[in-house]
Amino acid sequence: MSAYATSVLAIIGINVMLAVSLNMITGFCGQFSLGHAAFYGAGAYAAAFAAGAGAPAPLALLAGVIIAGLLGIVVGFASLRLRDDFLAVTTIGVSFLFVGFVRKQPWLGAEMGMSKIPSSGLGSEGNALLILACALLTIALSLYVNRSWMGFGFRAVGDDEDTARTVGISVGAYKLVAFTLGTAIAGLAGGLYAYFTQFIVPDTFGFIVSVTLMAMVVIGGTGSTIGVAIAAVALTLLPEVVRFTNDYRLLIFGGLLVLVMRFAPGGLAGLGRAVLVKARGK
Amino acid sequence: MLYYVDLAFNGLIFGCMYALMAVGLTLVYGLLRILHIAHAAVYAFGAYVAVIVANGTGSIAAGFAAAMVAAACLGMAIYRLLYQPLLGYPPYVAMIASIGLLVFMEDGFRIAFGEQGLTFAHNPYPTQLHEFAGLTVNTVQVAIIAAAVVCLTLLALFTTRTRLGIAWRATVSDAPIATSFGVDAVKVRYLNFAIGSALAALAGALIGLLNNFVEPTMGFVVSYKALAIIVLGGLGNLQGTLIASLVLGLVESYGTIFVGRYLDRDAIAFLFLIAVLIVRPKGLGGIKTA
Repeated sequence: MSAYATSVLAIIGINVMLAVSLNMITGFCGQFSLGHAAFYGAGAYAAAFAAGAGAPAPLALLAGVIIAGLLGIVVGFASLRLRDDFLAVTTIGVSFLFVGFVRKQPWLGAEMGMSKIPSSGLGSEGNALLILACALLTIALSLYVNRSWMGFGFRAVGDDEDTARTVGISVGAYKLVAFTLGTAIAGLAGGLYAYFTQFIVPDTFGFIVSVTLMAMVVIGGTGSTIGVAIAAVALTLLPEVVRFTNDYRLLIFGGLLVLVMRFAPGGLAGLGRAVLVKARGK
Repeated sequence: MLYYVDLAFNGLIFGCMYALMAVGLTLVYGLLRILHIAHAAVYAFGAYVAVIVANGTGSIAAGFAAAMVAAACLGMAIYRLLYQPLLGYPPYVAMIASIGLLVFMEDGFRIAFGEQGLTFAHNPYPTQLHEFAGLTVNTVQVAIIAAAVVCLTLLALFTTRTRLGIAWRATVSDAPIATSFGVDAVKVRYLNFAIGSALAALAGALIGLLNNFVEPTMGFVVSYKALAIIVLGGLGNLQGTLIASLVLGLVESYGTIFVGRYLDRDAIAFLFLIAVLIVRPKGLGGIKTA
């Protein structure tokens, strides 16, 4: 595999992990989060720091998962008190807060980021395969969760919190679990990213990344694991395919968001469902 | 001592700029329950129109007038073409579309007018200094405060003393009942987008004049701060929004001095937001509307 193909595959895998895990929080449980990149970054920085301190790769990745998951619990607690748009703006705040904090920390490399992260010992192709395996596992976990009792609880909370509470669903517990699970997976993606590139800077985890991830979820169709995974692959490949217009990348991305929302607010999954209904109707 | 007064003054100027931005935003939220993030693109658009017309005609006043009129039209177009068709969907659909529009317009400015940004050809105002009770201020800073006070006072008079203004407030607080009293809710929305966008354009043009610099990304961070402000003010609440604008300006101004070593300016603003929301989940203003 060429180095280019390897890196595209790795980034696809990471974006699938991030989008699918965000979908658990936003799609399943209905908690709108525009701060997912912060947890991705927390995982990357934690893993990079642990690896730099001499921890072996599995331990460093675990550190990333734990730190991101802990932060996720904290933000999950915020979601117990804040609803809808208040939560959306708070998570935007989390995104800016994370980058603003890391930028000013000399022990995390400040603006320059962390370089010379030790190798995982797998080589870049091994890393990419590990990332793809994790992405597939994330999709499988998401599908499993959706079919389980827990997924039912998530959907109940997402559809109507007050009704869910009335029928005896512990709304707070489900929200916390959704945040912890989703952010822990984002942390793992961050750790894998740190090992893959061996070099991280604060801007990789900025607000625009959070928005891109949310765009993957919404374009894929909130709540649909497969739709979101497809959207993640498509939106990652798009800049590669339209490389000749690299200068217009953001213009195209923004325009695409507007057009998809304007003409297919249900996303890919919504479109798919509409086509199915039509086919059955005939 | 004077140093702290200086900081307060700086905070006040940013607070006034935020207030001009946030008023339109909070009213859009009150009317449509949409977080209108593309408001920041309108702000940058206003700055661009102002600088281009001012350089073309040689009159900064003409630039400002053109900016406000053009932005009012843009605001109404955004409502008609983007938000109106999406009103029946969950609010995040319009919000994502709004973020998309902001990214699209920002990149459009960059491609059309260049990465380096534009400057006013003839702009003596930022260097005209005045002594005022020991403070040294420039003409643009005075203009920002004056613009905020005049515009917001006019807005307050308009919304409390005129029939149209009262209809506007009625629609913000309860659209169905206002409609049943014969208010045309759609016209109110156009009015809302026109006035809110004109004020955002004024803020953008003034900041462009103050820095003598208009660049594609100037709206980016302001947009999210304006969101923080309207949330702090208690979404849809005008008084709360004004208070929150000034408070945030001051918090940022002092915060950069005291904790600037650990956090950057934007992070301070959002830390303050999160801290307030944890204590008061509905913001400083509670849940009253308009």
